[in-house]
Amino acid sequence: MEYEAVIGLEVHAQLLTDSKLFCSCSTKFGAEPNTQTCPVCLGMPGVLPVLNKKAVEFAIRAALAMNCRIEDRSVFARKNYFYPDLPKGYQISMYERPFCVKGWLDIDLNGAKKRIGITRIHMEDDAGKLIHAGDFAQAQSSYVDLNRTGVPLLEIVSEPDIRSPEEASEYMRQLRNILVYIGVCDGNMQEGSLRCDANVSVRPRGREKFGTRAELKNMNSFRNIQRAIAYEIERQVKVCDSGGEVIQETRLWDDAAGKTIGMRGKEEAHDYRYFPDPDLIPIAVDAAWVTQVKDNLPELPGRKKDRFVKDYGIPEYDAALLTQDKLLADYFETVIKEGAPAKWVSNWIMTELLRELNAEEKSASECPITPGQLAALHRLIEKGTISHKIAKGVFTEMYKTGRDAEDLVKAQGLMQVSDDSEINKMIDDAVSENPKQLEQFLAGKDKLFGFFVGQVMKKSSGKANPGLVNKLLAQKLDQLKK
Amino acid sequence: MRLCELAIPELSTMLAKGECSSVDITRSVYERIREVDDKIHAYLWSNEEYALSQAGEADRLRKAGEKLNPLLGIPVGLKDIFLTKGVPTTCGSKILEKFVPPFDSTVVSRLKEKGVVITGKLNMDEFAMGSTTEGSAFGPTRNPWGLEYIPGGSSGGSAAAVSSDMCIASLGTDTGGSIRQPAACCGVAGIKPTYGRVSRFGIIAYASSLDQVGPFGKNVRDAAIMLEAIAGFDPKDSTSVKIDVPKYTDSLTGEVKGLKIGLPREYFVEGMDKEVADTVKAAARTLEKLGAQVIEVSLPHTEYCIATYYIIAPSEASSNLARYDGVRYGLRVDAQPNSLLSMYKATRDRGFSAEVRRRIIIGTYTLSAGYYDAYYLKAQKVRTLIRKDFEEAFKKCDVLITPVLPTHPYKLGTKINDPLEMYLSDIFTVSCNLAGLPGMVIPCGFNKDNLPVGMQLLASHFQEQKIFQTAYAYEQNTEWHKRKPKI
Repeated sequence: MEYEAVIGLEVHAQLLTDSKLFCSCSTKFGAEPNTQTCPVCLGMPGVLPVLNKKAVEFAIRAALAMNCRIEDRSVFARKNYFYPDLPKGYQISMYERPFCVKGWLDIDLNGAKKRIGITRIHMEDDAGKLIHAGDFAQAQSSYVDLNRTGVPLLEIVSEPDIRSPEEASEYMRQLRNILVYIGVCDGNMQEGSLRCDANVSVRPRGREKFGTRAELKNMNSFRNIQRAIAYEIERQVKVCDSGGEVIQETRLWDDAAGKTIGMRGKEEAHDYRYFPDPDLIPIAVDAAWVTQVKDNLPELPGRKKDRFVKDYGIPEYDAALLTQDKLLADYFETVIKEGAPAKWVSNWIMTELLRELNAEEKSASECPITPGQLAALHRLIEKGTISHKIAKGVFTEMYKTGRDAEDLVKAQGLMQVSDDSEINKMIDDAVSENPKQLEQFLAGKDKLFGFFVGQVMKKSSGKANPGLVNKLLAQKLDQLKK
Repeated sequence: MRLCELAIPELSTMLAKGECSSVDITRSVYERIREVDDKIHAYLWSNEEYALSQAGEADRLRKAGEKLNPLLGIPVGLKDIFLTKGVPTTCGSKILEKFVPPFDSTVVSRLKEKGVVITGKLNMDEFAMGSTTEGSAFGPTRNPWGLEYIPGGSSGGSAAAVSSDMCIASLGTDTGGSIRQPAACCGVAGIKPTYGRVSRFGIIAYASSLDQVGPFGKNVRDAAIMLEAIAGFDPKDSTSVKIDVPKYTDSLTGEVKGLKIGLPREYFVEGMDKEVADTVKAAARTLEKLGAQVIEVSLPHTEYCIATYYIIAPSEASSNLARYDGVRYGLRVDAQPNSLLSMYKATRDRGFSAEVRRRIIIGTYTLSAGYYDAYYLKAQKVRTLIRKDFEEAFKKCDVLITPVLPTHPYKLGTKINDPLEMYLSDIFTVSCNLAGLPGMVIPCGFNKDNLPVGMQLLASHFQEQKIFQTAYAYEQNTEWHKRKPKI
């Protein structure tokens, strides 16, 4: 039987506010355990939450960027469960009345556009972290770090509109891109500031009713999202084909083993006893505020792409690629500001820079070459100090070492040879060392001109100014013809 | 007369004239504590040195002409539900027996800013769950008017301490009657203001949508002075309201001419103590003689109040009390097998009394998937109807007068083992919390056993002035508040 996958994603994005969702503690990552806490986020007796206005503003931004309808009244609810990383014994989230609903975002898969619905976006506070002494199963003690407790999160729930692992990872890429664009999340999946759970089910193609879903967790990269979902679809299809039944459960992606593993046990028996949090009043966002946020919304990828085409005269394809990642687009514009021409920058980023970054699965933020350094490299080419070809080698070195182009060129003696007499000497040598080819050329085989150019460049170890080589070689061969 | 027996304005005047010092008053209060608290057990924590150092500071400020206000140097007791920096705060529970808060609740800070002398922490039913103060993990408080009788609850220590002159005034909290009911039992003035009038920050939560802070005083004026000092918006409490605090003492005119007083028919019913009903009605007649107009009104959903309250309060409590898990502070009991779950179970089993566990279990049940709609959601809807009842009633009158509890204070041990019977005694007080209204209790008589009878005055949201006006006029024309218990 042929099956179709039905996938919905639940994404948690840590908001880039300076302080926590319900208290004024810092949200900075990586501080000493339990140093960024106060009675409120520690869940001391008698404390009360006060909503961080900035977090609401960020939620408005996300709502606008993802075309959602902001509700007139949204209500925080308590999600009750016991765990040592949850000091209050409940998480403050939203349940029946989310912040915004009914949005969408478009994904582009090999040129085909698809619209993925967003069911809802809501705010909630994060839990802390447990650190186990040794292996989890054998650990004799566990330590609680509550620095992360109370950090604001946005939960973004998609409609079950996604049909393949590729679509899922593309949706995630788009979503991440938008969140980074609007400045509400740093998008770092490794550090966990952007997390994704996937609801996956399969059904016979053509059937309307959804199959039983499994919830996948623990996928911390685009690649893992794709792999985990692909594995899970295959697993469920096998179960169905062998006459079995998929059970509703949470499954963890095991990166090393390359498979999903069911979390048997009580996980599914949770009853969170949601109810409206009586310590907080409903959120009513007024239209003027939304308009204000809208007016100050950073440029989104689509608009930025159009502007790049218009202002910089680069092809649409290039502009689309450059704007897919805000940091890359920023990088592009900074190099231009540093004085390099747009077309050169665009070409250079798309060929040289992205090759290096992609090879290491790195993002533009991790690029070891600053925009200023890249612009300086261009100046060396422009001045004729090095050739385009040499520049590529220099660039690779820069990427590896982080050193300035000029340093590398000087240290390795890569300066372009533009001295007539020096080049003429190399031409003379090349001609006299290849009498056979010279004879053929003089007999009319014009395309051997290129051969002589190559010989000269080789003698100069690539450093000869190619324009000059061409000019002087032509003069020399003309003389010989005569 | 001893200093500890005086009310705030008299002490204030004496202090201003230099006829006594705050240290003198505090000494007098502590002398009284040593005299009678062995019998009454109002205090869970007291420390004369701690109190005297504050009194000394208050005297210094007065000499320097700083912070001059009616409460400067006045000894005030606090229910042990208010977080006090560096001073143990147990909430009447074993689970917090050794808990010392790192900060003050907003109301405590406000009192400290006024230069009051904090005398100590007063007994209460564990987590404010109870109507007798027998629910304290540290032993019951006894009624100064009859030591074998309950002082009411849950703020029984706060009421008994004011009644027996072990402090000048005190603070309590009221979730379903926990200020008003003990005020009635102990014959003092107590007011639960409008929900949102006073900050709840730093008050150990029982049921967040019902909890409210309020003062006890030896008379109406003292209660008004105290409320003025603690009321007002607090940025740390999102449910506190940004409405200016009126000068409550300005409404103590002694006049009630033209004021309309409603007697809700559902609060004078078959089955209640007739003497109680008659005493309250007599009080209404006194006000009528003073020029008020008394009418009968109806609050048709009254019969659902108890059921509604005992769903909403435990629901919220089950969540509010989840934080007492032995992980970060308070009691931790390790158990076998050595696991997180057994530690949780042992800690909460040992740390909470049967009554607290009962309410947590009820609340967990009413919030459960499948029961939520039938219980919690339904209760919220009924709550709206109850509020509407009052809105209708307050179109016809300014103040409602009702009994506080359907019986006289009963003897210790009579209802503590019959929770349902105890819950039913809250019948006339819970509606005020469900509707978020202000409610005050003042004494309006004594029964044949010389136990006080109180009357409850209710007004519309943020209309505390009308209550103070009515209560003060009554008090000016009666002598009940002047009686002192013989201990």
